[in-house]
Amino acid sequence: MISQFFVLSQRGDNIVFRDYRRDVQKGSAEIFFRKVKFWKEDGKEEAPPVFNLDGVNYFHVKVVGLLFVATTRTNLSPSLALELLQRIARAIKDYLGVLNEESMRKNFVLVYELLDEVIDFGYVQTTSTEVLKSYVFNEPIVIDAARLPTLGPAALFMQGNKRMPGTAVTKSVVANEPGGRKREEIFVDIIEKISVTFSSSGYVLTSEIDGTIQMKSYLSGNPEIRLALNDDLHIGRGSVPSFGYSRSSGTGAVILDDCNFHESVHMDSFDVDRTLSLVPPDGEFPVMNYRITQEFKPPFTINTLIEEAGSLKAEVILKIRAEFPSSVTANTILIEMPLPTYTTRVNFDLERGIVGQNADFKESQKKLEWNIKKIVGGSEHTLRAKLNFSQELHGNITKEAGPVSLTFTIPMYNPSRLQVKYLQIAKKSKTANPYRWVRYVTQANSYVARI
Amino acid sequence: MAPPAQSHRSPSPSQPSGKGEVSDLKTQLRQLAGSRAPGTDDTKRELFKKVISYMTIGIDVSSVFSEMVMCSATSDIVLKKMCYLYVGNYAKHNPDLALLTINFLQRDCKDEDPMIRGLALRSLCSLGVANLVEYLVGPLGNGLKDGNSYVRMVAAVGVLKLYHLSASTCLDADFPPLLKQLMLKDKDAQVVANCLTSLQEIWSLEASTSEEAARERETLLSKPVVYYFLNRMKEFSEWAQCIVLELVSKYVPVDSEEIFDIMNLLEDRLHHANGAVVLATIKVFLHMTLSMTDVHQQVYERIKAPLLTLVSSGSPEQSYAVLSHLHLLVMRAPYIFSSDYKHFYCQYNEPFYVKKLKLDMLTAVANESNTYEIVTELCEYVANVDIPMARESIRAVGKIALQQYDVNAIVDRLLQFLEMEKEHVTAETLVLVKDLLRKYPQWSHDCIAVVGNISSKNVQEPKAKAALIWMLGEYAQDMQDSPYILEGLVENWDEENSAEVRLHLLTAVMKCFLRRAPETQKALGDALAAGVADFHQDVHDRALLYYRLLKYDVSVAERIVNPPKQAVSVFADTQSSEMKDRIFDEFNSLSVVYQKPSYMFTDKEHRGPFAFSEELGSLSIGTEPSDGAVAAQRVEANDKDLLLGTSEKEESHGYGNNGSAYNAPSYDASTTAGASQGHFDLVSIDQPSTLHPPSSFAIDDLLGLGMPAAPSSAPPALLLNAKATIDPNAFQQKWRQLPVSLSQETSIDPQGVAGMTNPQALPQHMQGHSINCIASGGQAPNFKFFFFAQKAEGSSAYLVECVINSSSCKVQLKIKTDDQATSQAFSELFQSALSKFGST
Repeated sequence: MISQFFVLSQRGDNIVFRDYRRDVQKGSAEIFFRKVKFWKEDGKEEAPPVFNLDGVNYFHVKVVGLLFVATTRTNLSPSLALELLQRIARAIKDYLGVLNEESMRKNFVLVYELLDEVIDFGYVQTTSTEVLKSYVFNEPIVIDAARLPTLGPAALFMQGNKRMPGTAVTKSVVANEPGGRKREEIFVDIIEKISVTFSSSGYVLTSEIDGTIQMKSYLSGNPEIRLALNDDLHIGRGSVPSFGYSRSSGTGAVILDDCNFHESVHMDSFDVDRTLSLVPPDGEFPVMNYRITQEFKPPFTINTLIEEAGSLKAEVILKIRAEFPSSVTANTILIEMPLPTYTTRVNFDLERGIVGQNADFKESQKKLEWNIKKIVGGSEHTLRAKLNFSQELHGNITKEAGPVSLTFTIPMYNPSRLQVKYLQIAKKSKTANPYRWVRYVTQANSYVARI
Repeated sequence: MAPPAQSHRSPSPSQPSGKGEVSDLKTQLRQLAGSRAPGTDDTKRELFKKVISYMTIGIDVSSVFSEMVMCSATSDIVLKKMCYLYVGNYAKHNPDLALLTINFLQRDCKDEDPMIRGLALRSLCSLGVANLVEYLVGPLGNGLKDGNSYVRMVAAVGVLKLYHLSASTCLDADFPPLLKQLMLKDKDAQVVANCLTSLQEIWSLEASTSEEAARERETLLSKPVVYYFLNRMKEFSEWAQCIVLELVSKYVPVDSEEIFDIMNLLEDRLHHANGAVVLATIKVFLHMTLSMTDVHQQVYERIKAPLLTLVSSGSPEQSYAVLSHLHLLVMRAPYIFSSDYKHFYCQYNEPFYVKKLKLDMLTAVANESNTYEIVTELCEYVANVDIPMARESIRAVGKIALQQYDVNAIVDRLLQFLEMEKEHVTAETLVLVKDLLRKYPQWSHDCIAVVGNISSKNVQEPKAKAALIWMLGEYAQDMQDSPYILEGLVENWDEENSAEVRLHLLTAVMKCFLRRAPETQKALGDALAAGVADFHQDVHDRALLYYRLLKYDVSVAERIVNPPKQAVSVFADTQSSEMKDRIFDEFNSLSVVYQKPSYMFTDKEHRGPFAFSEELGSLSIGTEPSDGAVAAQRVEANDKDLLLGTSEKEESHGYGNNGSAYNAPSYDASTTAGASQGHFDLVSIDQPSTLHPPSSFAIDDLLGLGMPAAPSSAPPALLLNAKATIDPNAFQQKWRQLPVSLSQETSIDPQGVAGMTNPQALPQHMQGHSINCIASGGQAPNFKFFFFAQKAEGSSAYLVECVINSSSCKVQLKIKTDDQATSQAFSELFQSALSKFGST
């Protein structure tokens, strides 16, 4: 059972603090924060999400820079506690629209209301936004989403100038729109995080897709929804060992290694027509998580060339090529590469005519950073960097630098080819046809090219 | 009454200091209290919010208690809730004021809105004031019968709150039976779940004093109750499912048919998106199939994919929890993930705590077929700019090498690390090369050639320096410069801060001298002089010892300091298999993350409802000796470098054959004891006394009292000492040292089981058979006892671990003895004594 729950700001201030069992001392938040902050003297190692201090077990997760913490003296399931903390964060976000320190502080009474219903005397009662709705009476004070930095979740789905209704992601499930009417709409997002490691010769060493079909419903009356996926979807790779690259990519079937589903999902007809049916609860939730190790075409290839130029100089040439169709554009690409520790100065030679790109040498971290705002499918970009060293090179420079890592977001593109073929809403009235948004996005999780 | 336990921490400058603001609030609240003007509620809301925000940041606002109560007369539910929150926070430390709230809370408990009834009942039960419990009974009783499920849900937990305030009030009001009724018939699943959690807690706490409670707790695990819960599984929320699954994992099915039924029913829970549900289900599967080897293997295959999905779909924190469990599983069944090793390759953006676990996984799954690829991957991390990661990766490579896979190639890689000329890489690698040489002396030539090129000036970390010095001493005749390098190090004696390094330096110079006397003579003289003058006691003592040895006889010195060594075949495992089993028993709990059984990190009263109570906990494994003095020695012994501990182990081992005082236990028997054993000056003195418990006086006693011990029917040849004694610490130590001689399963008379509700019954019975109980514990259905007995003649001792499952009447025996020849006879004697339990 949970003894206490609290949320701390980045500076360690209590935003909310709830004691359920009174068997852990009140100063636990402070004790916790000091421990986490000074976990290792050099500050290089992060505190693990679970630790024990004087008989008290502390669990924490980091969400948007805030620390969500639970304490207990019992031998609780760590998965349960950590999952619970994530869910509490999600429920709060559903209510407040935006989850951050400001919105939490403005709405802390509402948050207390939620916490009272989520946990009673240390036992979890419910985390479902839907169920909580009938117990919670405070109106959220919605903070102005427009003031959020554009890199927030809303920007995720922007494809060129076609602006997706990004505000939806920051809309509270309970607050009314200006004008008092609620807009009937539902969002289904297929989010794929991809991890790829290239060997120094450019081969794919490992690759994996971690996907989620996320749903956020603002439909009134809880209608049933049917979600049809690809006909050729298969679950389980059978006896084929994972990562066993075969020539199977030609068949076109989408093979999931494994997947799991939200509670509300019924799979009665899944085996027949690959359709999931569910009555979506309020709030944001993952309909399905899936994992794919089947071979796929990596969206970017990276080519790194390092040439020594004299004993105190070297030149690095980075080439990045977008391997996706030209109708698709990747956003906010960041390419990073650690350089030898004795690098003192770097001169960059950027290609001309490309808007919004810049390169920088972060001296304190001895790291090269190359930002590109947009990359259109099929294009190729090159960066030349001239390195100056403070000491003579000995041995192999490739052992002192790299690997090159990439982060990026590609809207309306998913490498797994998993699709939502249709989204059917059981209609109650013939009047308004709810808005349906099915959106795809791919993000780099760990995208690394060794040199 | 205790003063309020508010943390009076000094508020940061950005926060209000409190005092002035609080008295302001007080005045404003007072003005509002009687007002019925429109808009009052809005003003109240603002004020209440302020009060609660002060409360949150730790300012004591208990002084406005009476004003808050006065303002609570409102129909605004938001206001009510804030007021309840406030009252719940301060009532415990202001019991007089709390009385003020009783009235309005009791009134609200009868409100027509079920929401208000529920909220009021929850607040009433949360006041936490023992004097007011009489006011709880009525509303709680009504709450349990309320027509609205929300109120019943609150009431079910309320009963538990009342129990913690005043157990007698709760029991006298007959609430537990009411809860049980509700649990077995309520339509609302959350009410049912709350009844279950409350009953589990109440009956577990009561079980130690009340037989009835112990029985009731057992009925929660009976077939009808468990099946009732299983059949309603889908109605429960995911969190309640976790509680039910935990209950089911404790259930002992009668036959395999039942096991398959339950597993088929729960199969789809493995595809749940909530990791806690999946892990709870896996626990059921693993525990139920423990005795069915084939099915158990199938379960491993079955849970693989869901677990890997959980690792990659959640936040890093959740991955961490799941990976800890994967690590536990892979230690039990290394093959299960051996073809999935690529899942454990580290991603560059993962937090260190996840990477570290993944490295542990990689070392655990390494086998003949995948070692090459795993080590290649690890080598990439070694070159990483992330220094802690590079170090951990080198250690991982070393661990794989010590597992004997593909050693040849790995040694090459390690030696390449030394050529990278990165200080942290060199340091970490040296420590490993040293360990490798101790296990694979055949590689010494290759290694020494490379190690010889390392300048000792580039090695600063004590552990690495000590390793380098050890190699310089150990391989003095192969390393040409050895005496001169050592001489240089001795010259800088005063600048060497680490006592550990100085100790190694002494030993290395000694070894070098014994092989290349002329070249080392000067260095040795200087080292001994510096060592004797050293302020560190151990360094001083060792220098003096060497000095006297050399003076006494150089050949004796050689035999002691530099005996021929055998390669180390197995490095001491840090955890006994028993400890690992116990952690496995506690699957899906913190034990797995900490890699410790729960008794090592939780207080007794906080252990789970069905956990073993643990007097035997510290006993059966006891890595933490209770005796303070022993603990101190342990710490010191552990502080020593493993290298030191083990090299001396070898030395003493080699010498022990001469029958001298150095009779440290042989390597095989000491695998669990770790570093403490190698420290000969501590252990060898202790050991004779503990290995042979005092027995002389016991034999005298036997002359008078020995006979009652002999069982009347079919007397076994073995006679036991009726008054054998051993103190728990000695027992514990002995239990650790001895191997299991006999492991048997037997059964116990069901009538005997019935007698077990009295925890003293069995120990008393066994004592009548000259078998003494050292420790006991556990709760139905699992009880655990440790027994000790001694042979009537001679000092042979018998140690027994006896686990009794009271629902299946099965008994598992583990017998350890230092007299193997009679272990079978003893086992028969023990079982015959046990079989009489309950029949008399």
